[in-house]
Amino acid sequence: MKFLQKKKRVKLLAILGGVFIGVMNGLLGAGGGMLAVPMLKKLGADQTKAHATAVAVIFPLSIVSAAAYWWLGRYRLPNAVEYLLPGAVGALAGALLLAKIPQTWLRKIFAVLLIWAGIRMLSS
Amino acid sequence: MSIQHLAFSIAAAFGAGALGAMGLGGGGILVIYLTLVVGMPQLQAQGVNLLFFLPCAAISLIINAKRKLIDWRNALWIALGGLPATLLGIWLSDIIDARWIGYIFAGLLIFIGVRELFSGVTCSFLKKRTKKL
Repeated sequence: MKFLQKKKRVKLLAILGGVFIGVMNGLLGAGGGMLAVPMLKKLGADQTKAHATAVAVIFPLSIVSAAAYWWLGRYRLPNAVEYLLPGAVGALAGALLLAKIPQTWLRKIFAVLLIWAGIRMLSS
Repeated sequence: MSIQHLAFSIAAAFGAGALGAMGLGGGGILVIYLTLVVGMPQLQAQGVNLLFFLPCAAISLIINAKRKLIDWRNALWIALGGLPATLLGIWLSDIIDARWIGYIFAGLLIFIGVRELFSGVTCSFLKKRTKKL
């Protein structure tokens, strides 16, 4: 892609990355944020900005996916009610703590949890 | 619903909300909880997770926008590619067997987990060897 100007290259990379993130969001209903963060870092964002921007990327995609999943009858609103309030409180805490807590160890613990869950899901 | 189940659900949702707002992948946590602990079918868990994420993301967006932590330009370009692709993903989720979607999800978790676990890890002894050569 050397023949493209840097600005155009960044835009193209962002759009292509967006396609992959969008497919994952629609197919798996999750995981887009985890893919968006390394991509945003590649595009020049620092760690905190990459995490904050990832949420901005996934939000519109999740609106489309959530509406489509509901329309396809995959879930009903009562299925989700008990999770909404604690999730919102958690989100408030997470957003306020984003720039304050060192994420290195949190990310390592989270990584081990993901690997364990992935192996359990494959074996179940 | 037992009190224990409710307590676990609240804890899982709180954790997922917090991690999601940090862009650390809270969605993964809630789907894991719903499928492995609650026993919810994969696609239903994904749907609940998507709906769950919307208020969490809205709160996170408002706070992060006020702090000027969002790179709107790149977010716009990524979303531009992502929005039509989301429809493709939804269509794929309709034609692929739910069991296989679960396997793809598990594969993605392992991939991201391994990537996160070894990010920032440098093999210093290899560097030394390379320098000698």
